[in-house]
Amino acid sequence: MATNETVLLEAVGVPDGHLLRSYESRGGYAPLVRVLAEKQPAEVVEMVKASGLRGRGGAGFPTGLKWTFLPKDHPGPIYLCINADESEPGTFNNRILMEDDPHQVIEGIILSSFATRASTAYLYLRYEYPRAWHRLQGAIDEAYAAGYLGKNIRGSGFSLDIQLHRGAAAYICGEETGLIESLEGKRAWPRIKPPFPAIEGLFRKPTVVNNIETMACVAQIFRRGVEWFRSIGVPADPANPRDPGSYGPKLYCLSGHVERPGCYEAPLGITARELIDRHGGGVWKGRRAKAVIPGGISMGLLTEAELDTPLDFAGPGKVGCLGLGTAAVVVIDETVSIVDFLHNSCRFFAHESCGQCTPCREGTAWSLRMLERIRAGKGRLKDIELLAEIGSTMGMMPGSTICGLADGAAWPIKNAVAKFRGEFEDYIKRTNPGGWMVTDPVPALPIVAAH
Amino acid sequence: MIAPRKILTDEMVAKIEALAPRYPNRRALTLPALHVVNAELRHVPLEAVAEIAALLGLAPAEVQDTLSFYQFFHQARPHGKVRAFVCRSVSCALRGGDELLARLCRDHGIEPYGTTPDGELTIEPAECLGACDFAPCILANDDLLKNMTPEAAAAELRKPRARAT
Ligand SMILES: Cc1cc2nc3c(=O)[nH]c(=O)nc-3n(C[C@H](O)[C@H](O)[C@H](O)COP(=O)(O)O)c2cc1C
Ligand code: SF4
Ligand code: FES
Repeated sequence: MATNETVLLEAVGVPDGHLLRSYESRGGYAPLVRVLAEKQPAEVVEMVKASGLRGRGGAGFPTGLKWTFLPKDHPGPIYLCINADESEPGTFNNRILMEDDPHQVIEGIILSSFATRASTAYLYLRYEYPRAWHRLQGAIDEAYAAGYLGKNIRGSGFSLDIQLHRGAAAYICGEETGLIESLEGKRAWPRIKPPFPAIEGLFRKPTVVNNIETMACVAQIFRRGVEWFRSIGVPADPANPRDPGSYGPKLYCLSGHVERPGCYEAPLGITARELIDRHGGGVWKGRRAKAVIPGGISMGLLTEAELDTPLDFAGPGKVGCLGLGTAAVVVIDETVSIVDFLHNSCRFFAHESCGQCTPCREGTAWSLRMLERIRAGKGRLKDIELLAEIGSTMGMMPGSTICGLADGAAWPIKNAVAKFRGEFEDYIKRTNPGGWMVTDPVPALPIVAAH
Repeated sequence: MIAPRKILTDEMVAKIEALAPRYPNRRALTLPALHVVNAELRHVPLEAVAEIAALLGLAPAEVQDTLSFYQFFHQARPHGKVRAFVCRSVSCALRGGDELLARLCRDHGIEPYGTTPDGELTIEPAECLGACDFAPCILANDDLLKNMTPEAAAAELRKPRARAT
């Protein structure tokens, strides 16, 4: 098991670490030149497969395996879409990679494009990252000037363009087919799958969508080797043939009620408690944690008693959370009402649902309305059942929606109600002493804060 | 006959056309074109939508459909010279984001999404700005304002701020 050495974050704090000469001085781009001279695309795919790298964007799908779904001998074009829409609440590691080490990302993109035979890589960047936009554009210009991008890169016969494309402040553009629709100039309505993007994606051509941190990992795999990558993290569970393991370093984003919020690099599998105590300086103000989000708000909640859960791809699921997600850990201290937390979560998803699927559109809107009513002192115990019902009926998991946004909306509801039920009951009884036992239908309150 | 353009300047058209080689079709220029117009005019009036559609060979309804989906482009009137997105998602809310938003709106006498009468400042609630390590935070044009208190934010938002992009 590896160490606390920072690799993905090696440029952070380095003066001019974002410039080409700094990146090259750290060993950057030499691996690319070697790969282009010595390897075939299929060998590159095999190496990424062998590394055990799983996508860092939230779903944890094995990267090399995803690349093999592209059709063989396709006449092209094949596209690579780099997902830099990073909008999952709590998540900011892509921002740091793009601002502080854009060349690491670009080298990963070039290697991944070579492996997938993509001729154009579109980098879809959320609008709210102007600094990342400037840093990336500057780095792309440098890479063209140095011959790492463009036609016939370093005499290899391989050509690649990277195009920056800016979004317009919508969370759903991070869902891979929403991203594709948005890039095509349309509303970002996720597509029904199959067909998966590898078969029919951007502009109806075979397409791979990968996250920014995934690209940085690819660059480091070719700099430091497959064995190095596999030496870090949590190996596959031999008792579970479907577990691909959790290999490599991971960027954990720590925020909320901790002393030192920040982005910390650690081997996959660090526990939430270690992360909070060792890296984050503990819960702020000497308080206790009431609940902790393990990987972005969509993943649900850990209780204080569950903080020793390892944050690898398998860990959070074992305690009822949706998964590791983006590994964004948000600490909620003991003074916060879980009712207020859930209101914030429901408001986010009601705002960001694209409206295409009825269970998601209505479920997110009604859960917000109910939380507004509960917080206005008009809650009823029956509402807890209704919330639980919404939580268990909307999403890809029960099979009622097109994309995973609805699952992300459902999990905080599910976990909050299951793990903090007593707090909801107390809150409702305390704030609605005359009406908490009512079971008749009640009128909704006007929404104050949705849009 | 193509009607003469009233909103899109030659310069805007040149900027949009310069991006055309990046994409295999013209519809993909929709968001970039909306950004070009919005960067200049701080809104995208309906006439501009029709002109973008004509330029890209689309129906005006197609461009309007895309525009209206994102809720990012103001249409009826321009947003302020400074557009301040105040984050209200979880990490910022845990450190006072909602109170910050309410206080800034009250102090400026506007509702969320509103613009001050002098046209200087628009305040909008935002979902996670990807800067939760600096919660609560505000994105004011291109500047990230970190760890904001209401007092610090009030002072920051009075400063004039260029938009570089
Ligand atoms: C609602 C929703 C939002 C998403 N947002 C992002 C995002 O902002 N960035 C990202 O990389 N992946 C996001 N994803 C996951 C992508 O769909 C996709 O799995 C990922 O970009 C693939 O890259 P990877 O294999 O490198 O992780 C989102 C998924 C859903 C359902
Ligand atoms: S699940 Fe929600 S966000 Fe996803 S496509 Fe359906 S309505 Fe849109
Ligand atoms: S929650 Fe405010 S920046 Fe992420």
